[in-house]
Amino acid sequence: MLNTTIENASRRSFMQGAAGLTLGFCLPATAAAPVAGQAASAPPVFAPNAFLRIAPDNTVTVISKHLEMGQGTYTGLATILAEELDADWQTVHIEGAPADAQRYNNLFWGPNQGTGGSTAMANSWDQLRQAGASGRAMLVSAAAKRWRVPAAEITVRDGVVSHAASKRQARFGELAAAAAAEAVPASVTLKEAKDFRLIGRSAPRRDSADKTNGKAVFTQDIHLPGMLVAVVAHPPRFGATVRRFDATAARRVKGVVDVVQIPSGVAVLARDTWSAKKGRDALSVDWDETRAFRLGSDEILARYREMAKSPGLVAHRTGDPEQAFANAANIVKATYDFPYLAHAAMEPMNCVIHLTEQGCEVWNGEQLNTGDQSRLAEVFGLRPEQVKINMLYAGGSFGRRANTHSDYVVETARIVQAIGGKAPVKLVWMREDDMRAGYYRPLFHHALEAALDAGGRLSGWRHRLVGQSILAGSPFESMMVKDGIDAVSVEGAANLPYAIANRLVDLHTPKDIAVPVLWWRSVGSSHTAYATEVFLDVVARAAGKDPVAWRLELLAEHPRHRGVLQLVAEKSGWGTPLPVGSPGSRRGRGVAVHESFQSYVAQVAEVTVAADGTLKVDRVACAVDCGIAINPDNIRSQVEGAVGFALSAALYGEITLREGAVVEGNFDTYPPIRIGEMPRVEVHIVSSAARPTGIGEPGVPPLAPAVANAIGAATGKYPDRLPFRAEDLRA
Amino acid sequence: MIQFTVNGQLRQVDIAPDTPLLWVLRDTLELTGTKYACGQALCGACVVHVDGAPVRACMTPVSAVAGRQVTTIEGAERSRVGRAVQDAWRKLDVVQCGYCQSGQIMSAMALLASNRKPTDADIDNAMAANLCRCATYQRIRAAIHAAAKSLA
Repeated sequence: MLNTTIENASRRSFMQGAAGLTLGFCLPATAAAPVAGQAASAPPVFAPNAFLRIAPDNTVTVISKHLEMGQGTYTGLATILAEELDADWQTVHIEGAPADAQRYNNLFWGPNQGTGGSTAMANSWDQLRQAGASGRAMLVSAAAKRWRVPAAEITVRDGVVSHAASKRQARFGELAAAAAAEAVPASVTLKEAKDFRLIGRSAPRRDSADKTNGKAVFTQDIHLPGMLVAVVAHPPRFGATVRRFDATAARRVKGVVDVVQIPSGVAVLARDTWSAKKGRDALSVDWDETRAFRLGSDEILARYREMAKSPGLVAHRTGDPEQAFANAANIVKATYDFPYLAHAAMEPMNCVIHLTEQGCEVWNGEQLNTGDQSRLAEVFGLRPEQVKINMLYAGGSFGRRANTHSDYVVETARIVQAIGGKAPVKLVWMREDDMRAGYYRPLFHHALEAALDAGGRLSGWRHRLVGQSILAGSPFESMMVKDGIDAVSVEGAANLPYAIANRLVDLHTPKDIAVPVLWWRSVGSSHTAYATEVFLDVVARAAGKDPVAWRLELLAEHPRHRGVLQLVAEKSGWGTPLPVGSPGSRRGRGVAVHESFQSYVAQVAEVTVAADGTLKVDRVACAVDCGIAINPDNIRSQVEGAVGFALSAALYGEITLREGAVVEGNFDTYPPIRIGEMPRVEVHIVSSAARPTGIGEPGVPPLAPAVANAIGAATGKYPDRLPFRAEDLRA
Repeated sequence: MIQFTVNGQLRQVDIAPDTPLLWVLRDTLELTGTKYACGQALCGACVVHVDGAPVRACMTPVSAVAGRQVTTIEGAERSRVGRAVQDAWRKLDVVQCGYCQSGQIMSAMALLASNRKPTDADIDNAMAANLCRCATYQRIRAAIHAAAKSLA
């Protein structure tokens, strides 16, 4: 049975109000109400009760509104709260919050709860510091009354409240009940950075123990009494539907209980996963493909290249680019192609739904909590609050579980409906289902031109992008698509930081490509950083400039870009000779710098290219500025992982369509790197007093361009398409 | 009825003999620490030990382990090597999403059981079968060295 229960925090606070301290149980309802549509910069209205629980046994439970999918969010969020609470880290537990647009919304996303855009630390920073500080103040107040001493003389450290003069001490648990009766303070004083004891000190991950002994519970691990496992036959092409199917053979498989048609295919339900899979494989489905999408990747790319010949919608314009190019002494041009990419999280998509008379209960690695909640409410005809979502650990996601169409969640609901809600259902996608069901990083084509004037200065820049919109048709469209420009299609390109007086960025958004697309770790920057940073090196070579020195010159007004660039140049030994490789091989060093989600990362890659074009990335030095480093070791860990993740895509990542059907299906055809391909990675953190920003994604964008620039330095050839191909790199 | 030992306990299952050991462990015995990720012996998330040797449970029919000793991640801490590996993993905070780590740990245990002082090359060889999409590889390598040191 399930050994992790994630209760609705409000219900629990009601039931346990007398037994322990649940902050703000006594908070006036008006103070707890959030402001709908509140802007990111406005001071948030907090319900600090929603984040903290202290039990009589001294356990401090921090409630996380964000998903833990590997990026260390649970540990980071708990660190912020525990710091201001002065908790003993060993007693801190973390629990996923229930879906609740009022109390647990992402403060950058209006009334929506969800995890993405590397926003967890940035949007929670003030909220959790205040939640922790309020808790601390109430514990102090309770102790002051009990001991009849002035609150100002009381100190708190590592979960112990002390009064030195009277030599009295109490652990949090002993004061919890009394503190629950205290009024929530109207305002609290937050610590100064010099007094931090957890922030900046790399508190160990709180999920390490359970993730090394098999106890961590993922959606895949849920077993409910009477539960059926569903495996689905999806159409071979996007847009195809079921014409008819024969379930005779499937029903003969021992363990198969039911076979049902749903809008997205045919589901086989069985008592266990293997029987469901065998049943699914035994199905005979006749697909109606009259409206199926039938283009191949090559044809899509050919169309995009054609579109790139004419102007698109203007995403950015400064100065007079036409004049700059008319006056240019030298014009440099390049194009770059990027394939569709699958997220391919280790845990394939899955979801558990149990429909009851009261509503429905969901178990999911839940990344868009209230979005999924609303869609499930629509499907079942329930009110959103009747949809209880248990947010479990996700075995990776990289954006895949943040699906604005709730694809696999709704698929599960449709199966539950098709069997009349007679049993809880666990939907399990096999690896091939996961890889072929769509929602890819969109395929993109970029065309760039640079103008160098007679003095060798970069006087003009034109950048045209062609690719599908991720946000079109999503609930975020009204917020983030303006004048036909999807903000995430051009992020990293429209806001290029380099001082170029005359610059034009324009975009074509094809609307007739029916391939489902989605954000993939670092979103637009996963391709724009490559196009801009590799092209800048190509232009630097034409202008006879050093890539680091030239960037620093062009970034005069961007101190944080400069900061990471200077640090990485120093740590990587930029400008010093590289040791020579084996005979016939060529070695090179390349740099890239990119800001995404307001975090700044620069990387220097060292590569060896063999005569036959085989590429080895030997070392990657990284410098990071993500503001105050809440957990430096987790920052290092995330950037190490981002290097490996991005390298997997750069070396191998490609989802190929052939007549509309996805060719790749498993890790043999869509391989991540293996341990022997992992470069030596070192991560250096810029000391900063700026507000913390995220680190889950920003390590990804600079890697591929840094490697490409190293290849360019080694071979003189800058790869113009990803993934890298040995045939492009041969001597 | 197929009988085998899991983490020191004798278990009997009444199941089709071609059922992969993975699904018997996960669905029948509810030992869910062993993970499904590829089903084709490509990723190593399902590595368990059969009589001490690492095998991919997703491609091993349950009939093949009849009468044999199976160790899963839930039983890792029963051995000194297992405890050393788990400790090293925790000290270095290797995990990120954690989904592949059961398999990583089982493979690392098998390596250290036969090679108490592995080189980087030994580690890369022994761990080549285990994918990590979070790319925690650098720390996996460091943790195996740390575990080896603690066992010396």
